[in-house]
Amino acid sequence: MSNSSLAKRIIPCLDVKNGRTVKGVQFESLIDAGDPVALAAYYAAVGADELVFLDISATLENRKTLLDLVQNVAKEVHIPFTVGGGISSERDVYSLLRAGADKVSINSSAIKDPSLIERLALNFGAQCIVLAIDAMPEINGKWMVYSRGGTTKTGLGLYEWAEKAQTLGAGEILFTAMSKDGTKSGYATEALFQLHNHLQIPVIASGGAGSKEDFLEVFTKGQADAALAASLFHFGILSIPELKSYLMENKIQIRC
Amino acid sequence: MIMSEEKMDHQIPNIVIIDYGAGNVFSVRNALQSFGVDAIVSDDPDVIQGADKVIFPGVGAAGKAMNQLRGKGLNEIIPRLTQPVLGICLGMQLLMEFSGEDNTECLGVIPGEVKKISGWQGLRVPHMGWNRVKYSREHPLFSGMSEHEWMYFVHSYYVSQHPFAIGVTDYHESFTSVIEMNNFIGVQFHPEKSAESGIRLIQNFIKLY
Repeated sequence: MSNSSLAKRIIPCLDVKNGRTVKGVQFESLIDAGDPVALAAYYAAVGADELVFLDISATLENRKTLLDLVQNVAKEVHIPFTVGGGISSERDVYSLLRAGADKVSINSSAIKDPSLIERLALNFGAQCIVLAIDAMPEINGKWMVYSRGGTTKTGLGLYEWAEKAQTLGAGEILFTAMSKDGTKSGYATEALFQLHNHLQIPVIASGGAGSKEDFLEVFTKGQADAALAASLFHFGILSIPELKSYLMENKIQIRC
Repeated sequence: MIMSEEKMDHQIPNIVIIDYGAGNVFSVRNALQSFGVDAIVSDDPDVIQGADKVIFPGVGAAGKAMNQLRGKGLNEIIPRLTQPVLGICLGMQLLMEFSGEDNTECLGVIPGEVKKISGWQGLRVPHMGWNRVKYSREHPLFSGMSEHEWMYFVHSYYVSQHPFAIGVTDYHESFTSVIEMNNFIGVQFHPEKSAESGIRLIQNFIKLY
């Protein structure tokens, strides 16, 4: 094995709607959690390794608001950040990257037209194309992919879709376990471990973070490369410095 | 916000960021602005040649980037620059002679080639995230930094151990993460995205010579 000193990443996720941060529990009941630029600067200052912004309104009228937000974040914050929500074309990606985003995450539009992944990777480089996957296990235990904010069944299996996206040129997979989202009951570590084994590109775990032990488990059992959480950080239930020192004590490679 | 107490108080240096369609041009400019330096973003050979310091950023694929440089005639200009030049990520790789990415002939400023990271034993490709840079000798570029500084990397191609390496990072092997030859410096990571450590490095580059 290599002696890689690559650190596991801790990523706060900011769901934004009309320029404000919100966090839903299982994609519903939105709660206001503050100003995204101030939150982003705060998270960068306390040691967040990366940030994700998801525009959950993602309507045409909101694109300008989102671009302004991206520009303001890029000015204030000097760590990488990803923007997602409603991205469906080269033009969307171009304007977001130009405004200062480092990566974009795509979801439903890639399910509708998988060649989008290939075109975006070719034009902008695989490193900035994050494929977001929302999935949930069926009664038989098979993880299936949903689109359109978790509302529509796609018939795609999680691992098959992730592998296909990797082949098409995605640089990273952001996997949200819908059944875990907002529950604070721990990440879907078994599915994450399977994803890790199916893929060569990095995997970001999302959905279910409730305690620092959950992060330890997602990095050990789940073999995730990065772990994302929202309300846990936004509402001060767990601070990033506290989480990072706990992970370091437990021999996880962390940037300090 | 970062290091505001250390604003550049002496003469304002003329910093030019080469604009050839690379995605991170504005991130680099934002990073410079955080310590009060307004850089010029330009693809004009005269502006680039007239700069005190040149930053050569890069994101994306080598083949496409070289085509864009050739389209603007910058493939002729960059190797002849005599002021300090900082190549970032793909910008560093393009300073080499050849890249295995799209079998691309690069600028040939620094001897050596760029190879693909081959994923093995569960190693992720791209090499993405924060990793440590160990600098192999004292250099003003690393002034004020710890011996193992965390920097943000995103790349699938790399330069292996090199006689001109001044910083190395461990991944699949110990590879070249900072290289220097004459007035050219290349960094494989993204200092503009590496929080305080990266801003410090850029600031050190601006103060060089």
